[in-house]
Amino acid sequence: MFDSPAAVTERLAAVDYLSDDAISTSVFLAAALGKPLLVEGPAGVGKTQLAKAVALATGSELIRLQCYEGLDEARALYEWNYKKQLLRIQATSADDDIFSEEFLLERPLLKAIRAGVPTVLLIDETDKADVEVEGLLLELLSDFQVTIPELGTISAVRKPYVVLTSNATRELSEALKRRCLYLHIEYPTPERERDIVLSQVPTIRADLAEQLARTVATLRSLELKKAPSVAETVDWANTLLALGRDELDAATVAGTLGVVLKHASDHVRAAKELGLPHE
Amino acid sequence: MSDTSLVDRHVGFVHALREAGLPVSLAEGLDAVRALRVIDLTERESLRAAYAATLVKKPGYRPGFDMLFDLWFPSSTTGLYGEGPKGEDLSELRDHLARLLTDGGEAEMREFARAMVGRFGRQPAGPGRQNWFSYSVLRALSPETLMARILQEVLAGQERGGLAEKTARQRVNAGIKRFEDAVATDVRRRIAEDSGVERIARSAVRPPLDQLDFLRITKADLARLRREVYPLARRLAARLTIKHRKGKRGRLDFRRTMRASLQSGGVPLTTHFKPPRPHKPELVILCDTSDSVSSFAHFTLLLTYALREQFTKVRAFGFVDTVDEITRFFVPGADVVEAMTRLANEADMVRFGRTNYGHSFERFAERYGDAIGSKTSLLILGDARSNYQPAAVDTLRALAAKARHAYWLNPEPRQQWDTGDSIATDYDAVVPMYECRNVAQLTAFIEDLA
Repeated sequence: MFDSPAAVTERLAAVDYLSDDAISTSVFLAAALGKPLLVEGPAGVGKTQLAKAVALATGSELIRLQCYEGLDEARALYEWNYKKQLLRIQATSADDDIFSEEFLLERPLLKAIRAGVPTVLLIDETDKADVEVEGLLLELLSDFQVTIPELGTISAVRKPYVVLTSNATRELSEALKRRCLYLHIEYPTPERERDIVLSQVPTIRADLAEQLARTVATLRSLELKKAPSVAETVDWANTLLALGRDELDAATVAGTLGVVLKHASDHVRAAKELGLPHE
Repeated sequence: MSDTSLVDRHVGFVHALREAGLPVSLAEGLDAVRALRVIDLTERESLRAAYAATLVKKPGYRPGFDMLFDLWFPSSTTGLYGEGPKGEDLSELRDHLARLLTDGGEAEMREFARAMVGRFGRQPAGPGRQNWFSYSVLRALSPETLMARILQEVLAGQERGGLAEKTARQRVNAGIKRFEDAVATDVRRRIAEDSGVERIARSAVRPPLDQLDFLRITKADLARLRREVYPLARRLAARLTIKHRKGKRGRLDFRRTMRASLQSGGVPLTTHFKPPRPHKPELVILCDTSDSVSSFAHFTLLLTYALREQFTKVRAFGFVDTVDEITRFFVPGADVVEAMTRLANEADMVRFGRTNYGHSFERFAERYGDAIGSKTSLLILGDARSNYQPAAVDTLRALAAKARHAYWLNPEPRQQWDTGDSIATDYDAVVPMYECRNVAQLTAFIEDLA
């Protein structure tokens, strides 16, 4: 898939995803070793975006499984089409085999296993799913196969590139972690964040982007309930453009703080610590 | 590096990681070796990332990993590079550092730190011995004192005390931190060169954050721990609700099921259920806030605060030798640091200033007894050291009997229970007591809860 970590950086940059050493090496290794990549980190640092960028950069199809509480086998893996089976039994008297391909409803995981084309399988917010789902994932992630009792074991035609993301609201099981390569994405350094802003909002002036990145870094160093995410920094840049401001002074920050801070107490705190004028 | 020496180094490194408390399985070690075969070994940051991706699966383990990595795979060895800027006097060096602090690259900073350790780091350590130290480097250059003049340059006449200054300060502080880290790394590397990697590795690495002892925590650790609190509280809340939902899926909605069956000729193909009733767990927290457990209390109060945002019904009570409700300080949305200060100043928890569990429990039963009902979980946090005062075990038994569940978290190691004035076992008989010395144990407790 990729030749070297440097090639990863280059090809991700071509689809507007700015990578760093750790990200590129992990992405490269996941491809080279054929292992799933587990990406953790605070909300809004571009975990999901990474999977999308990999799909785009390699021209693969992206199959996404969004995890949520109560997600089960029927939604994640496969399901039998009961209605069709019932109608078949009623319609034909012969004892047809009603557990065949014809009645199988494909769900994301099975779809990714059986896909003939290169695929990126994104299992998003794995921590939101129940513990049982992790058990379900184990067979898939270690052997890239799925066992359906009525049909037998289905092995991957072509190993999908698997990316799991997690916000670490719950510790994922050791067994799952052991099967994955692990990548922790932290908030970017001000320099990298500036570059991200510049690539996402090309019309912004470089010095304003720099100011923005530094201010956000300062905000993150305060003890806030919810630190601003990278996505919110980009939103902030867009806001400033829309307002036609080309300087990030105290009054502008005070006026547009709502774009990056989403809690009233965080506003009060930031205003106090940064010495902002009251709105 | 020949093949055998690479394997030795790898095995030694993995061993050192395990010794430092990182759980590295055999399979993960093999993954790392496979990774080494496909990456360019001369790219040090790639090597670091490859090891990190295969071996370190928790952010809390990362600082320890980085420290050991720098020891086992040092960026260079003394003698392979020049000793840096020669002949410059101290003020020139400080100028150089001032520039690096605001806009220096990572590599440049490391280079400079290395040169400075070479120049100032060697100090006598006892008769006839010399060793490497970071403090002498930091004292010679004293980066903190550069702040004032950097600010003056950067702000260049702008108004002081405002946003611009804050941002600049933050940047310089981050730079100073980077410089200090670079110096410490290089000092460790040189010590390792002198006296062997294994020796320094054992003493240098601090236990991972989640295994730090609550009672021996430093202020800096506490700040880092605060960040752990929210996920924990969320996890606890999720735990309570998920468990509940699984128990009750909701009753069959007969009307909707029948209605849906009309479409399929009266055969109920799809069954509909009534949505489960939302579960409203209630929590009463009784927390020892005396000095002997202050850092533990601080942490648990933070947890209380975080829980307050997750549950509607959390009531918290603090006690030293008498008890007061402290829920009011933790209004959702309030500033946590401020709440802690107000709590210390305003709450009425102290009569004579010596912990008295018995009296506190009696007062609690008397004044707030009705806070505990059949839906309440009671959580008591404290070391069960009551200064030889009456224990009031019966009062506690009555309270525990009223509650749905009762738990006691004790920050002391189990071996120290019942030593001195501790009456842990007496209380343990009434309310199950759990050893809770670090975040890992607290997490384990939460996983078992509900």
